[in-house]
Amino acid sequence: MKEIISSMAGTVLNVMVEAGDEVTAGQEVCMLESMKMEIPVESQDAGKVVDIKVNIGDFVNEGDVLVVLE
Amino acid sequence: MQKILIANRGEIALRIINTCHEMGIETVAVYSEADKDSLFVKKATYAFCIGEAPVNKSYLKTDVILEIAKKEAVDGIHPGYGFNSENADFARAVKKAGIIFIGPDPETIELMGDKIVSRRTMMAAGVPVVPGSEDGTSTIEEASKLAESMGYPVMLKASGGGGGIGMVRCENEQALAKSFESTKARAKAYFGSDEVFVEKYIENARHVEVQIFGDHHGQIVHLFERDCSIQRRHQKVVEESPSPFLSENGKRKMYDTALQAAAAVNYKNAGTIEFIVDEKENFYFLEMNTRLQVEHPVTEQITGLDLVKWQILVAQDEKLPLLQTDIKSSGHSIEFRLYAEDPISFLPSPGKIELFEWNSFHGVRVDPGYESGSIVTPFYDPMIAKCIIHGETRNDAIVKASEFFNELKIEGIKTNAPLFYEILKDPEFQKGNYSTSFLTQKSFIAD
Repeated sequence: MKEIISSMAGTVLNVMVEAGDEVTAGQEVCMLESMKMEIPVESQDAGKVVDIKVNIGDFVNEGDVLVVLE
Repeated sequence: MQKILIANRGEIALRIINTCHEMGIETVAVYSEADKDSLFVKKATYAFCIGEAPVNKSYLKTDVILEIAKKEAVDGIHPGYGFNSENADFARAVKKAGIIFIGPDPETIELMGDKIVSRRTMMAAGVPVVPGSEDGTSTIEEASKLAESMGYPVMLKASGGGGGIGMVRCENEQALAKSFESTKARAKAYFGSDEVFVEKYIENARHVEVQIFGDHHGQIVHLFERDCSIQRRHQKVVEESPSPFLSENGKRKMYDTALQAAAAVNYKNAGTIEFIVDEKENFYFLEMNTRLQVEHPVTEQITGLDLVKWQILVAQDEKLPLLQTDIKSSGHSIEFRLYAEDPISFLPSPGKIELFEWNSFHGVRVDPGYESGSIVTPFYDPMIAKCIIHGETRNDAIVKASEFFNELKIEGIKTNAPLFYEILKDPEFQKGNYSTSFLTQKSFIAD
């Protein structure tokens, strides 16, 4: 299992993947908003999405898990 | 007015509080839990917590704000900028509650808030607009056809957008196709409508705007221009007045056009007409901001006027304090928006400000939102303070600003102050030779 972690505190603006999707390294999986700035979160690895830990509108802290890959 | 509620936070709330106190007006601050220790909360006559940190749970809660306004029997509500400042429904609700909304009529806010409707209104008034789509679209086929007809590059924009959010430059059809759905999604998330439109992208453009002011007695004046071309991610970072680029003739034409635009909507209170200017000084209407703007201190420094005071006077039906012929511009002013962000990646840098000190000398004005010991949270915009420097000439202002940033002490979080050193010592900036692409062309920031 590989976890995609939030690098900063912010609000989830968009989740661009669904469970079962295959993602590639560098692919944007989430869009966060922090201090009125849109910050894309990219996957560091390739893999299949097995779990999405956040919903649009959630507030996340630095280090929180956003998406889990297999 | 005896008592005003400020429906905003940070430096603009404090800015409004200061003028109110100078005018002998009591102030009511409303704040979120995250802002409980903020400067503006401490400085207001009265302060009330209105909810949790996220803006939709506090600063955007019209009903809660109005409940406090009524309980406190305020005469007026000042919306500042951002949040509810350009929300026609908010302005209507304030008026309906029998309270003065310190801003233009709700109808004007509504008309100018929609980029497509405002373009049409300006075209009808004979104001030049950027070549672009007549109507909004929500299909890629339509957007692609429009872009093809006007030629790439184009800007894809959210119809209800502003503040640089929901705007993407597209170099070709592939780029347009790639950005279309995400721009629509952002437009929907931020502005409630997924309608977007396509506009011709003007190369090496400048962003110059004219401050206007109208009263309820039919008088409208301009307060000169501000050049806001130094931008990152379509958001202003440095603004100055006078524009170092426009000729005297170009400025006069722009003032006349701004007044024409304001008259077309019978504008009242403070407003700004934003123009995009090409290399030959041809200018086109971009949008009208129906509120006080972040960069208003630049205008205050060159004119010696207090625009918040003017807003309050006009809102209580008084005539504008000066006629156009009595309004003069003197010297040169430059504003720097000090942001809590990494100076290299430009990503947000929330945290505790351990130390925030500057040297005040003649011509230096700092409008802070925070002080030493303040916490900058991730919930709001990253602006810590505005540093506005006035000199007799542009060169004087540049020298003073360099000295100011040399002596500025800010510790505990990262800021964009290092960017200002780079801008101020850049020969092209010193010559006034820059466009909206300046920061990316100079590789000060990534595109």
